[in-house]
Amino acid sequence: MAVEPGRIREHKEWVQDGVDISGHWNRMFDPRTIDEYPLDLLERITGLPGGESLGWCYQCGKCTVVCPVDHVGDYSPRKIFRKVQTGMNLFDDPDLWLCTTCMNCLRVCPKGVNMIEIMPAVREQAVLEGNAPAELLTAFENTMRHGNPLGEPQRKRAEWAKEAGVPVPVIKDLGRRVDMLWFVECYPAYHPRGRDASRALARILSALELDFAILGVEERCVADSQRLAGEKGVFEAMAEHNIGVMQGYEFDRVMVTDPHAYNAFLKEYPKLGGSFETIHYTQLLAPLMDRLPMRTSLDLRVTFHDPCYLGRHNGEYDAPRHCLEAIPGVELTEMMRCRANGYCCGGGGGGMWLDGTNSEHMSERLSERRVREAVETGADVLAVCCPFEVSRFEDAVKSTGNTGRLRVLDIAELIDMAMTDEEA
Amino acid sequence: MHIVVPIKEVPDLVEELEVNADGSDLDREYLKYKINEWDEQALEEALCLKEDGGATVTAVAVDTGDVDTYLFTALAKGADRAIKVTGSFTKGGDNHTAAAALAGVIEGLGADLVLGGVQAPDDLDGQLPVLLAARLGLPCVSVVSGVSVAGGTATVRQEYSGGMMAELDVTLPAVIGIQAARQAPRYAAVSKVRQLMKTATLEEQAAAGAAVDTGVKVRRLYRPDAAGHAEMIEGDAEEQARRLFEILAERKLVRR
Repeated sequence: MAVEPGRIREHKEWVQDGVDISGHWNRMFDPRTIDEYPLDLLERITGLPGGESLGWCYQCGKCTVVCPVDHVGDYSPRKIFRKVQTGMNLFDDPDLWLCTTCMNCLRVCPKGVNMIEIMPAVREQAVLEGNAPAELLTAFENTMRHGNPLGEPQRKRAEWAKEAGVPVPVIKDLGRRVDMLWFVECYPAYHPRGRDASRALARILSALELDFAILGVEERCVADSQRLAGEKGVFEAMAEHNIGVMQGYEFDRVMVTDPHAYNAFLKEYPKLGGSFETIHYTQLLAPLMDRLPMRTSLDLRVTFHDPCYLGRHNGEYDAPRHCLEAIPGVELTEMMRCRANGYCCGGGGGGMWLDGTNSEHMSERLSERRVREAVETGADVLAVCCPFEVSRFEDAVKSTGNTGRLRVLDIAELIDMAMTDEEA
Repeated sequence: MHIVVPIKEVPDLVEELEVNADGSDLDREYLKYKINEWDEQALEEALCLKEDGGATVTAVAVDTGDVDTYLFTALAKGADRAIKVTGSFTKGGDNHTAAAALAGVIEGLGADLVLGGVQAPDDLDGQLPVLLAARLGLPCVSVVSGVSVAGGTATVRQEYSGGMMAELDVTLPAVIGIQAARQAPRYAAVSKVRQLMKTATLEEQAAAGAAVDTGVKVRRLYRPDAAGHAEMIEGDAEEQARRLFEILAERKLVRR
């Protein structure tokens, strides 16, 4: 809309509300200061061990673009900084629980503002002050009492193996050294769909004639996600148990099903005296794929979701893709956001146990957003290799109305399908 | 005001219970234990009373093996003292024996108020607060949800059947059996419990007195016989849902 000539006049001098605003139209009237806000809320965070880097944010906003939560809500490290600066008490605010510690912000942050350390530090205080969501506390209590966040009986931890169709030896029963200790973890041991993938992986290991064993009922949750959700105590208790048990046996290396366990074994357990050479199962299988007896061509278009804790956190993007590409009849297609910029399923950093709390602050779940991306590629299968993902994405397939259009399968399940005679 | 809360460990029902070989007890070899949930309620109510108007809260437990964790957890939640009553006690011991051991200790503590869990799932014969009150010669109100204290009097809400409630005044000292606290038991951060395990020490007091004859003897422990009243609903999800709806409609639990 054009402005009539003469409607806007420039004054040489002008005083508005007691402030002299004379001068060029573009002048800055006062130094821009933020000192009208008390900084104690920010300083409480930056004063925590691990919380220091929040103070380094210079508000460039690069994190906002890549933050998976901002895509379905109003949230990013930059926004957290600004809100805290202007009076938000993060220690008692729903924003505290939204971060999945996916690390995409840290990847692009020029200042190294590290939410992977800030969030656990602040959350720990919130847990101590009794300000944590009840559903999360239930997961903590279950982990402490039963050794798994699902609240399943400890004694049934190795039940899944009975229906694997191949022997899955328990190291205690073997009573000898093994090449590889398979650390199964909770969802692969208890969740029905996790168990499917575990049984498939057992059959693959058996076909490769590898010398492996599991810990069975002696295994407890690795609890890395509980640590990131603010319960360092649960993490340490579980780690001390696992390290103690593992040090009682002889094995060359550890294979994990769970990228979160991979992260803990690589970065956290050594701090507590447990140093084990560790590989993810896709890293084990990638160079061995040509040794597997493949009997069926799957004829499937497959897209792959990078687990945050395998990819961004620990730099492994290729092994899962090598596994997929070596399966007969699999055509790999990438989603828009993949590899280092892969989207997050929403399960990390305690997100697995915060669905009720966080869904009130998001337009849809991260898993739902991701499933829509997978459907857009035209893929038949969304392949995963993190045990949090199968259940999250399968639920999201249903809730986004994509039942029948997209299947969610663990890479181990796809390999197992190709190894059997029947059609997929 | 000094509030004493007795706590005990009971089998955790997450693992399947099995009867031992001679049928006299649970097979306790692989049993997991947890704090009695009603004792957790009693502790919560005690901590709420402390927050209301100031009180010293002391948690006491008969040493049946693994009670240290529960006592440290009580400290982490805000209890001021934690006392382990030592002696030759076993897991699954009866509440008469526990009451005898605890009464001596509680007497010495000079408690104004004893808040105990109304019952424990492993010993319905032994409602500890009632047994304790009898031994201490104190007034007792049990099946209580909600306690407030003013002066030397506690006002308690006692539950009756059919949703009836009574409000009673009790002159302190008294023993109250807690059915439910005014709010859900608070979470004790494990990092805090673990820190206390390293820095705090539990007080220990030896139990006085001889063994107690409960008058109750277990002759045989066995699983209840399964009654064949279940109807297994066959068919696919649609058919199962239809049959389920029919059953609910027959019983007039839903309307078409």
